[in-house]
Amino acid sequence: MSKQLKIRKFTEHMHIYLIISAIMILCAIAGSLIFGVEVAIEFKGGTILSYSYTGDVDTGEVETLAKGILNTPVTIQTGEALGEGSEKSMTISFSCEEGSFTAEIQGQLTSSLQGKYPDNKLELLESNDVTPTSGRQFFYKCLVAALAASVILIIYIALRFKRISGWSAGVCAILALLHDLIAAYGTFVIAGFEINSNFMAVLLTILGYSVNNTMVIYDRIRENQKLMDKKTSVRELVNTSISQTLTRSIRTSVTTISAMLIISIVAVIMNVNSILSFSIPLTVGLISGTYSSMCIAPMIWVWWTERQGKKTVGNLQKKK
Amino acid sequence: MKKGNKAVFFIVFAVILAFAASTVVGLDYQYGDISTTYIHGLDDIRLGIDIQGGVDVTFEPENDIDATEQQLAAATEVIKLRLATLNINDSEVYSDANSNRIIVRFPWQAGEENFDPEAAVDELGETAVLTFRYGNQSDVDEEGNPTGEIILQGSDVAEAGTGQQPNDMGGADWVVTLKLTDEGKQAFADATTELATEKGTIAIWMDNYCISAPTVSSAIIDGSAVITGSKTYEEAKALADKINSGALPFKLTTSSFKTISPTLGSGALRAMVLSGIIAFALIAVYMIFLYRLPGAVAVITLSGQIAGTLAAITGWFGFMDSSTLTIPGIAGIILAVGMGVDANIITGERIKEELNRGKNLQAALRSGYQRALSAIVDGNITTIIVAIILMGAFGVPTSAFAKLLRPLFFAFGASTEGVIYSFGYTLMVGVLLNFLMGVLASRLMVMSLSNFKIFQNKKLYGGDKA
Repeated sequence: MSKQLKIRKFTEHMHIYLIISAIMILCAIAGSLIFGVEVAIEFKGGTILSYSYTGDVDTGEVETLAKGILNTPVTIQTGEALGEGSEKSMTISFSCEEGSFTAEIQGQLTSSLQGKYPDNKLELLESNDVTPTSGRQFFYKCLVAALAASVILIIYIALRFKRISGWSAGVCAILALLHDLIAAYGTFVIAGFEINSNFMAVLLTILGYSVNNTMVIYDRIRENQKLMDKKTSVRELVNTSISQTLTRSIRTSVTTISAMLIISIVAVIMNVNSILSFSIPLTVGLISGTYSSMCIAPMIWVWWTERQGKKTVGNLQKKK
Repeated sequence: MKKGNKAVFFIVFAVILAFAASTVVGLDYQYGDISTTYIHGLDDIRLGIDIQGGVDVTFEPENDIDATEQQLAAATEVIKLRLATLNINDSEVYSDANSNRIIVRFPWQAGEENFDPEAAVDELGETAVLTFRYGNQSDVDEEGNPTGEIILQGSDVAEAGTGQQPNDMGGADWVVTLKLTDEGKQAFADATTELATEKGTIAIWMDNYCISAPTVSSAIIDGSAVITGSKTYEEAKALADKINSGALPFKLTTSSFKTISPTLGSGALRAMVLSGIIAFALIAVYMIFLYRLPGAVAVITLSGQIAGTLAAITGWFGFMDSSTLTIPGIAGIILAVGMGVDANIITGERIKEELNRGKNLQAALRSGYQRALSAIVDGNITTIIVAIILMGAFGVPTSAFAKLLRPLFFAFGASTEGVIYSFGYTLMVGVLLNFLMGVLASRLMVMSLSNFKIFQNKKLYGGDKA
């Protein structure tokens, strides 16, 4: 006995999907306007303060204290001098608007640290206002790289998916990708995480994951286009293909998303909260990647091909 | 298609196992105090500042030179490039125009044997001004600065590489090969034409050190030059790298040099490793539960894929340099493994579908693997495209991918971004291994196992009935 696969009518809810995604994108935009975007020191520049100290200092406490005074996320790192002597040192790095970190605030920070740790002989060694490690050039280069990648991917998809009018399929895949990147970005903004190298890692991962997911669904559409009757509607073609790959989509997402949840849980238990700014946005991006591969890319593609007057499987391949 | 051989499973399994084991343990040979590493193990992985911490060095221009903002920016770029050519993929370079300081951070851990941070710091601070001058090594002033008239300087070199040149002893010496810019080509041609007639010498200087002073025997007009005097390949390569990275506008001295704890906080490494192990164990259980026999095989091939990626990072493969593992690098591994799991799930689902259509086991396996292939190929190739663009855009400018993409990024300076490069690197290696392991090895193993009588029950492959 072979089980009959239930064909779900995804295309009927097309509007709902698009509305959900539109709301998500609006949230990301509103979030960046309301909460502001915290860009890390490596991309924006900022200040690095070095202190010398003796004994032990709880970096978590220092972080809370410094964050309160400076009103921006800070990174605390400790270390020892190399070479002669082994003086302990602590650096506080944070990004800030030019001129907003005044000598007054610096004095206030130093005196409250000294007040809090009177026995640790805390002393300010150096204060540096630094330019970003990866500045504007880096962002432009990223943009060019992203554009180049999009163009090449669209060309690749257009060639490989000729059967299902590849150019539109390629553009839809990129739109779905953009959707997932916005989802991950929105998570950073709304959760108040800093835009740092973790952010880059998350976006790059979503880039690969989202396109891969879309490819799997397109692959099935391409195969079914060959197998199905020429009079079948494009909508039915898409519904069948998504339904057939549904188990795979769910199972793959279960593994990737649970891996991210495990990282998040372990990070919380072991009190390494900084990892959360990697694992949480990635989790959101992965969910979005699976969702968009089923509910965004194929739906926009259906809408597009129907507008071109291609309503059945037979229409797809050849222009009339 | 030929019927799979029973032995194939054991051969493939043994190869993956041996490979994985050697990656984890590595192979050292200890003779007295000297330890030779034949195979790099997990201990040899260099972790990034974000996970493991490193050193923090503050540089200042020598002799209290007041650097301009442009000079400082240029120096920062040169340092970044030098870090990248030293295979330090993870670094932070900050400059402060008010205090003339440049702060460099790169990963390092106390006790690390195959990396000397002080030597690296010395190298970073060197001016590295390359000059070709008239005369020989004795043409210097009281302070040892070369005085000969300059023929060529670093900016006249389009690209430096390494090569071999036969010597008088019948062997071959390592040399640095230089490709000159058009301007350099002209200047060099004029000078060599002039010197060839009188058998004069050209002295090649790196800062205040004369590398060699060869006699010019004939005019060189094709814009190529070589620097002899390197004893080993490493020496020639280091010199070529230095020339490619360009010169600093001034010598930098170290004003402070200290260790620095991980950006993500201490414990980040343990948390990542622990969650990696838990996640892998759960995925293994899940795969075996869902796909039984192909699931179990998938666990073996996934282990092989992870081991292979780690091997590429440790420098297990002789032809690849070791790289620094950072959070973005780990993200690359997670993505590649995720795609490996996906490849197995796609195949497992296909086999099940074919079985449910009533095909016999052999036919179902064959068409299952066949039909799953196109989806896996398209998904993975698109990912490889992304990885290549990232490596080309953010890698060292003399690397193969960077040269390939030069037409695209010509407007940008050599802004090397090691962390993104390392993401592209682990992703690319992981995805290539996915083809080898997830597609080829798992197919060989499952087909081979299906020849055993005890493994011929369709239920073992997710079918409904025996």
